[in-house]
Amino acid sequence: MATMQVQLVAPDRMVWAGEAEFVQARTVDGELGILPRHAPLLGVLVEGPVRIRRSGADELVAAVHGGFLSVSAEGVDVLAEIVEISEEIDVPRARNALERTRDSEDPAEQAAARRATARLRAAGESL
Amino acid sequence: MGAQLREFRRRIKTVNSTKKITRAMELIAASRIVKAQQRINASRPYAEAITGVVRTVTAEGVVNEDHPLTTPRENPTRAGLVLITSDRGLAGGYSANILRAGEQTTAELRERGLETAPFLIGRKALAFYRFRNRDISNAWSGFSEQPSYDDARAVGNAVLEQFIKGGAEGGIDEIHLIYTRFDSMASQKVVVTKLIPLDPEELPAETESDDAGSGSTGLIEFEPEGAGVLDALLPRYITARIFAAMLDAAASEQAARRRAMKSATDNADELIKQLTRDANSARQAEITQEIMEIVGGAEALAGTGSSM
Repeated sequence: MATMQVQLVAPDRMVWAGEAEFVQARTVDGELGILPRHAPLLGVLVEGPVRIRRSGADELVAAVHGGFLSVSAEGVDVLAEIVEISEEIDVPRARNALERTRDSEDPAEQAAARRATARLRAAGESL
Repeated sequence: MGAQLREFRRRIKTVNSTKKITRAMELIAASRIVKAQQRINASRPYAEAITGVVRTVTAEGVVNEDHPLTTPRENPTRAGLVLITSDRGLAGGYSANILRAGEQTTAELRERGLETAPFLIGRKALAFYRFRNRDISNAWSGFSEQPSYDDARAVGNAVLEQFIKGGAEGGIDEIHLIYTRFDSMASQKVVVTKLIPLDPEELPAETESDDAGSGSTGLIEFEPEGAGVLDALLPRYITARIFAAMLDAAASEQAARRRAMKSATDNADELIKQLTRDANSARQAEITQEIMEIVGGAEALAGTGSSM
């Protein structure tokens, strides 16, 4: 199967880089799937899980909190200010945060609720 | 032991213990430079990728007519000045150089008829401005040696908030950034850059030349369309630039501290050498004096003996 070069980058580290077959992310316009040889694209990501189907390895799932998806001839770059790999996510904490902020009116708390949702989804938990 | 000799010995001891401290600080700074350099390298992929995105967006002509990212405001009245200095001293002219560049930039902006709004990072800048009773827009300190992305975001948000407000409303119309660029262990340079409005020509150069990709085809899809991408990009780009500057500054601070401590250690060596010489000659003078006293005494005794 065709592959593409994918980078998942946070401001202070390269989280993962390598060959992948498929990338799924969530932009402001909705869920988006990228296969190799996709047309060039620049998307703004919202809080949500990013799935990278790596060639010859497990699928990599990470929660990203806002960022960009850049598709070019060279490959796919996922840039996010905060990247949390699914294994690193503290599920009980995210669940608590979600319970606490779910019905809030405060914009800051609503953002926290969205982040908690993204974490839980990336960790493969049901909501 | 004579008083003079004792005094020299005491001073040699003091200088020696000071030297031990400066030597230790030199070594600590040297090891921290390496860590700071690693952090710069780790942050590079993101900085390059986001600059690439900005380049794409500006090249594709998404930035139509008057997006604030690239369009200078008409009749700007106030400019923001972000100064990155250190929290601690003992780093030679590190903070002083930044503050001097800041003064110069302030004067240049004033000539253009702009007021300045200082955003200060590091206790040294804060102390400098506070001592002169100047207005400070905002100040942060406590992280100059180990800045995190969250610190950069705090600065970025504050600067951006003022920028969106605009000079007429008491905000700012331009953002200038002054920091110390880390070129190598031996060379760091104070740089003054204009963050906003952004001049596409002034984007940091691409390190690897992949001209094939950057030849814009005008076929890029944007999600969302047009300006939405830019609105999301603007704060992140500013934060990324500030973060990169902070990391460079942190490495430069350690390099400056290492250099300052090395020259202090060298100077202590020099002092000890001189003091040891002085002590030796004092000791010799003392011995000579004692011999002369003994000889004089013996002669006097001999003189009295013979006359008797």
